[in-house]
Amino acid sequence: MQNYVAVKKLSKEYSCRQLFVDVSVTIPDRSVFVVLGHNGAGKTTFLRILCGLVPATSGQVDFVHCGNVLTAAEKRAKLGLVSPELELYGELSAVENLEFFSGVRGLPFTLQRAREILEFVGLKGRGHDYVATFSSGMKQRMKYAQALLHNPPILILDEPTANLDEVGVALVDTIIRRQKEKGIVIMATNEPREVCYGDQQLSLA
Amino acid sequence: MTWQIILGIWMSGVVIASFIYMPATQGLGEMGRIIVYHVPAAWIAVLAYLMAMVNSIHYLRKREIRFDRQAQVNAELGTIFCILATVTGAIWSKGAWGAYWNWDPRQTSIAVLLMIYAAYFVLRSAISDSDMRARLSAVYAVLAFLTVPFLVFIVPRVYYSLHPDLELVNLAERSFEMDRQMLVVFLASVFGFSGLYLWLYNIQKRFEILFYKKATMRRF
Amino acid sequence: MISNFPWLSRGLAVLRKDLRIEFRTRYAYSALLMFAITTLVTVSFSVGGFLAGPEMTDIAAALLWIILFFSAMAGLSRTFVQEEESGTVIALKMAAEPEPVYVGKYLFNVVLLFSLTVLVVPLFIVMLNLSVVLVGGFLATVFLGAMGLAGASTILAAIVAKAGAKGSLMTVLAFPILLPLLLGAISATRTALGGGSPEAINTDLLMLFFYNGVALAASLLLFEYVWNE
Repeated sequence: MQNYVAVKKLSKEYSCRQLFVDVSVTIPDRSVFVVLGHNGAGKTTFLRILCGLVPATSGQVDFVHCGNVLTAAEKRAKLGLVSPELELYGELSAVENLEFFSGVRGLPFTLQRAREILEFVGLKGRGHDYVATFSSGMKQRMKYAQALLHNPPILILDEPTANLDEVGVALVDTIIRRQKEKGIVIMATNEPREVCYGDQQLSLA
Repeated sequence: MTWQIILGIWMSGVVIASFIYMPATQGLGEMGRIIVYHVPAAWIAVLAYLMAMVNSIHYLRKREIRFDRQAQVNAELGTIFCILATVTGAIWSKGAWGAYWNWDPRQTSIAVLLMIYAAYFVLRSAISDSDMRARLSAVYAVLAFLTVPFLVFIVPRVYYSLHPDLELVNLAERSFEMDRQMLVVFLASVFGFSGLYLWLYNIQKRFEILFYKKATMRRF
Repeated sequence: MISNFPWLSRGLAVLRKDLRIEFRTRYAYSALLMFAITTLVTVSFSVGGFLAGPEMTDIAAALLWIILFFSAMAGLSRTFVQEEESGTVIALKMAAEPEPVYVGKYLFNVVLLFSLTVLVVPLFIVMLNLSVVLVGGFLATVFLGAMGLAGASTILAAIVAKAGAKGSLMTVLAFPILLPLLLGAISATRTALGGGSPEAINTDLLMLFFYNGVALAASLLLFEYVWNE
């Protein structure tokens, strides 16, 4: 069982500015990888390149599962993303959002599963409210529900505890610990208490 | 430099010959001389469009920015020749049919070609990121190209064509000598226009490369 | 059975989501409908009383498709622009393949245009006092015409959304591409209203049918390049 993420000589320049040059790392299974750097260093861009949302200027990222490099479609099924830029559909309720994301991923959807996952992220009883009416902390929890819906082996978190209260931070702790037991966590953060989860760190200057 | 001089002399020769050596065409009269400019310009406009589309497809497949620049340069040249063809066509139309514009199928198709070119440049100017500009304008060029055959089919159903391609092809009715003279000048003109297109294309491409280099140098 | 076609079943999930949101906000539909009604009233007010006979059917055919074209331009780009503006596009990209997204958005635009035409076309006929001679041909023309408008507009809407949805970009891009469809639809409508031969309308309908096929196939092939970075 060979699962890992290989980043090879990754460079990105953005509007004539070098964000990072020739970054090479291998992220093994069952580990937490932390990307550090001051504001504007390119943490978010780095994660977006990993997700395939932004093209790299040069270099490549391979997601390897059982020795095979995943295609874009397979990657989609194995990645979960939580990010400040990712938004859910405000005009849909929490359950409807989850229903949509299951449907579009081709997964079966049951109300039971939605209830479980909403309870896990601490949104019990709010399943039928529109996401637009949620507070920013609740929206953040909802993003975790969306990211964990398909049990992805790789979880990518940008500012994992943004807008969360203490209970929420504890929830993120649990999520990261559980995820580490079964796969990979890649996160960008500057919070000291999150940085110390990292088995490996990458500091973007 | 030699090539440019040869091309200059050649084109001057074509211009002079089109008025002196070439006879007035049967049926079209003195107005017929304009085919020496009109048809080659239209041919280059279509050729450049084709090349822009081919380069666009290459870009989508290989993602090399030079294909995008080549597509852009072709589109720019195509626009110029397209305007030339439209104007010469309108002048001829005024002489032969009595109106500058009457939605003849040929006029319709060249007007649509101009609109496609215009829309292509509007799209390009709306996007600042160079990779995204390349991608989206390439997709647009291919889409636009695919709709052209439908136009060729539908327009004659709405408007009957008066465009004289048959009169030029129908050689049997004319004296051999006259057609030979006309054909020589016409082919020389097509040849000259193609040379002009290649030359302009080369200059414009080199200019774009320098422009791109300058833009990338500025950051350091 | 539907699960044998993952593009379709996942596309239907996108369609259901978009319909749900549209039903709650009526963003696109109100734009479409208001535009159509406004132009329809203007047209009927200025032309309705003055023309009759063959002139009337010729002009009415052109006016009908001008109204539908500009209404479509006013509303159809909303579906992608909204995803882009609200930031939901990232969630959608992470979850969905490009093709189901295209299929879903295409079907959504088809539904949107159909619900517009069922209101606007009868109103148009009543307000301009027209009589439809070839009813079947007319319905087929409206059906294929609306499908084609949606088919070619959907991928353009995606392009416009990426380009930052600048003002009239959609109309500028769409016009040369939709022109064959519009001319074909106008020609067919003319025949249907003026009582031409069924053969004449069949040729136009065939062309509209092929236009739909080409637009759909090309969009499915090219959409990936628009959608993915």
